[in-house]
Amino acid sequence: MSDIILSASHLTKTYRQRSGRFGFGRKLVKALDDVSINIKTGSTLAIVGESGSGKSTLARCLLQLLPLDAGTVQFQGQDLAALSGDALRAVRRHLQMVFQDPFASLNPRMKVGEIVGEGLLIHNLGDAQERTRKVLQMLERVGLSAADINKYPHEFSGGQRQRVGIARALVLEPKLVICDEPVSALDVSIQAQILLLLKELQQEMGLSYLFISHDLRIVRHMADEIAVMHDGKIVEQGEVESIYSSPQQAYTQNLLNSIPGRQRRTASLI
Amino acid sequence: MKRVLANPLACWGLAITLITLLLALFAPAIAPYDPDAIDVKQILLSPSASHWMGTDGLGRDVFSRMLFGARISLMVGFVAVGIATIIGVLLGAISGYYRGWVDIFIMRLVDVMLSIPTFFLILAVIAFLTPSIWNIMIVIGLTSWMGVTRLVRAEFLSLREREFVLSAKALGAGDLRLIFRHLLPNSLTPIIVSTVLGIASAVLVESGLSFLGLGVQPPQASWGNILTDGKEYIQFAWWLSLFPGLAILFTVLGYNLLGEGLRDALDPRTTN
Repeated sequence: MSDIILSASHLTKTYRQRSGRFGFGRKLVKALDDVSINIKTGSTLAIVGESGSGKSTLARCLLQLLPLDAGTVQFQGQDLAALSGDALRAVRRHLQMVFQDPFASLNPRMKVGEIVGEGLLIHNLGDAQERTRKVLQMLERVGLSAADINKYPHEFSGGQRQRVGIARALVLEPKLVICDEPVSALDVSIQAQILLLLKELQQEMGLSYLFISHDLRIVRHMADEIAVMHDGKIVEQGEVESIYSSPQQAYTQNLLNSIPGRQRRTASLI
Repeated sequence: MKRVLANPLACWGLAITLITLLLALFAPAIAPYDPDAIDVKQILLSPSASHWMGTDGLGRDVFSRMLFGARISLMVGFVAVGIATIIGVLLGAISGYYRGWVDIFIMRLVDVMLSIPTFFLILAVIAFLTPSIWNIMIVIGLTSWMGVTRLVRAEFLSLREREFVLSAKALGAGDLRLIFRHLLPNSLTPIIVSTVLGIASAVLVESGLSFLGLGVQPPQASWGNILTDGKEYIQFAWWLSLFPGLAILFTVLGYNLLGEGLRDALDPRTTN
């Protein structure tokens, strides 16, 4: 089992909503319904599904940013759901996240150097000089310059901000990175650059990715395995090529047919 | 700051507050007479070249007393609002960050405090204490933190769901780091605005208390008790009531204008 870096089993998360005219009723919304996934070391598992299917909830539950109702998350042999306080903090170094919205995910009142260096500071890695060196190195690696260290997030474009977000996650040298729609807020021309950067970094640093997206064209390019989510359940799971060539479930077929241009191509083949 | 100066009303507010502040700060240098010096030969003189705002019933120079009164009135305003802001930010931060039963408890405490008319509460408390300038500052501070608490709580509740806070949490940031590095710096704008507006109301409350004789005690001058001195002579010595009245009016107006100007300038939702 050593080649599995993260294994989540039977995750359940339910949101309660008040309902009825006076709010006495309770409506249960199942955001995660018995979800199990495995991520192999050094590979990319993509979670695809439409909005509201529970993809982001899954990401946040894996990171323990939201409490789970039931289920276990095994990461490097530890059950994250059972950890708390300092033990959980220590694990977080190896489990990082790149967020969707590059405008909301950077603290507007902190300089880029502080944003990227914060993780090093929290985990007490190296002295001030060492930290600055690592931050500079990481910024340059993601395609920013050393001068950017003293700038504030609002001075950057969306693509550059996303690079800052990637630098912040990777400066801690994590093992697993959860990318929650990392390019869906960016222009198409920028998307390719960021995806390429993520792929390069994966090879250089031996990263494993959980890649969340609704864009199946991107997923095909990025992922080794795919899990299709619908209404909080995983409806189909498998290797990229087998899912794209022979989807078993009707929902997956619909999803694939919704890729722009694909239907026409299959139609012309027939 | 540029956007504050682009708003004419805010400019007036800034000018008034700066002038009153400077006058109060340099009162000993500006004042032509000792504010407490009694001169029985010069009682109730109307404004003239030697006494710009006339003299009062004990022959004291009203202009000098106004300057030293400004020191007291503004100091009470600043210290009282400082106390209120510290309490408000702390309780609001705890309430908005930890939520749960702590939040419920603090919010109900706010409701209880807000349901009591503040001025009468202050009157009742002061009646038990010896009226001194320090007691007034503390009592005003302890009865005016509720607005700030609600503001900070509301800011925290909305900010804690933002992605940059989640990302700091994912990095492993602890509660204190999240509160002081991420949440509080991003809630500063409404705190500053409510502090500036709070100074205006604290100055007003202090003047009211001093006017009723429960505030700053004579012979120490404050705008409120200069007004009190003036009410006995109002039929033939208008200057004793007019100048402190105007001073209170313009100071309160100045801080209100500045506060609202700041709010308009710092709120990204209002575009000009």
